[in-house]
Amino acid sequence: MKKIYVKENRCLGCRLCEWECMFANSGLDAMFKLKGKQGEILPRIRVEDNPEDIHFAVNCRHCKQAICVKSCIAGALSKTDEGMVVINKDKCVGCFTCVLVCPYGAIMPAAGGKAAQKCMLCTDNDRGEPNCVKYCPNGAIVFEEREI
Amino acid sequence: MKYVIIGNSVAATACIEGIRSVDKEGEITVISAENRAAYGRPLISYILLGRISEENADYRPKEFYEKNKVNVMLGRRAVKIDRGKKAVLLEGGGEVFYDKLLVSTGSRPFVPPMDGLDKVKDKFSFMTFDDMKNLGRALSKQKRVLVLGAGLIGLKCVEGIADKVKSVTVVDLAPRILSSVLDEGGSAIVQKFLEEKGVGFILGDSVSGFEENRARLKSGKEIPFDILVLAVGVRPEVSLVKDAGGEVNRGVAVNERMCTSLPDIYAAGDCAEGYDKSVRANRVLAILPNAAFQGRCAGINMAGGEDIFGGGTPLNSLGFFDLHIMTAGVYEGEFIEDISAQNYKKLFIKEGRLVGFIIIGDIKNVGIYTSLVREGTPLDKLDWRIMSKCPLLCAYPAKERDEKLNKGV
Repeated sequence: MKKIYVKENRCLGCRLCEWECMFANSGLDAMFKLKGKQGEILPRIRVEDNPEDIHFAVNCRHCKQAICVKSCIAGALSKTDEGMVVINKDKCVGCFTCVLVCPYGAIMPAAGGKAAQKCMLCTDNDRGEPNCVKYCPNGAIVFEEREI
Repeated sequence: MKYVIIGNSVAATACIEGIRSVDKEGEITVISAENRAAYGRPLISYILLGRISEENADYRPKEFYEKNKVNVMLGRRAVKIDRGKKAVLLEGGGEVFYDKLLVSTGSRPFVPPMDGLDKVKDKFSFMTFDDMKNLGRALSKQKRVLVLGAGLIGLKCVEGIADKVKSVTVVDLAPRILSSVLDEGGSAIVQKFLEEKGVGFILGDSVSGFEENRARLKSGKEIPFDILVLAVGVRPEVSLVKDAGGEVNRGVAVNERMCTSLPDIYAAGDCAEGYDKSVRANRVLAILPNAAFQGRCAGINMAGGEDIFGGGTPLNSLGFFDLHIMTAGVYEGEFIEDISAQNYKKLFIKEGRLVGFIIIGDIKNVGIYTSLVREGTPLDKLDWRIMSKCPLLCAYPAKERDEKLNKGV
């Protein structure tokens, strides 16, 4: 399965991916319209920075043995046949056991705090391909098949 | 091959998935005392709360049993394992033959003997879907509810019913709430938060006797109530294995393959004593993820595969209204704390490793801490100055970051 990988030697920590993620999942027709809407929609990708000028984005790794799926108390998280980890928000109760077990910090409370949210590779919006990858100006986020 | 599973919750579901990962054809029968498809037990409070619908409470999609070719016997209670015949005997007659058997019977509510309890009409446990439905029907804005037990079950019930009744009072023998999950400081914060939501607590006290609508406490206090919820504790449901001659301690004794001491009989979930890495011993660790891991391991081994349950770690993610609490591991060794008006954070460090934590409030990325606990990562292998402040992957050395973010995981 194609997954998202990041190249930290190319990442400046600009956080455009976080905005592009919010935009892709917002239903809005222009990104600037997110202005004032922080809190109503939250990114499913997060950028980390450390003081040594190291930056990188993190989102769902779609683990083969996904501990979030096995730990979900509601059966709201599952794996597709292709191997993508998906969340059914109608089944999620917002207990955040998934947040407690994800070793990557890649699943988080959605806006409002009543359910979790995670990256589904932009298959759950109208983008069709990961928006963070498409618009990273530095090629620091890639979407590839890697048999490793 | 005939597989039989007693119980139909998380361990049973995971067992089905484990069996089918090895054996696509063997006959699987599930015997369930309850009358509905598997659901996550902790969901019942969220159904009362209105967070999800009853229809969405199923643990697996509707087609799960058909797709996995599982014969589900709903509303049938297993009463005996006949090892000679290799059969499970059912209440009301009937038997189900097995080649490999999983006992995943979970826990039952523990109700200590209390004088006059039989006089109380509206009393409920809070373990099953039916318990939840029965309690839900009894609730109204005129009713005063008395909850016995300030543990996880009692307090999640409180969250589910608080805005549907006139008042809620919680009584517990322990001097503080959630005493099995939190330390004193954490308990105090959550208690204060719940008190602000209108919940009353009487701690360090217990019931000496009941009238129909009144509880007398040991302290002499009297509490009038309309509805009683019994959430004092639970006990592993071990009787089937015990009566069959299997080794039972507090829970059913199992090895690392989830086999009991009896041939061809396995156990998993809340009834079983699997390995707990945090105490380096076998014990009942009644948390849902553990049931999923153990059930799957049992299923694989039942079907002739090879799997080892490497051990569980205590984990709790708890929400009360909009307050979130996350804990893991054990509270031993030295600790560092970061306590503010909004947040409570304690990290416990022993022999150079993070062995446990309590975090209330800011739950961002907490799973990164959990993985340190679970894997027993030596803290000198990472930048602890960064990690101790906030759980971040950038505290790992470059090579490990690369493993985590650029390899298949």
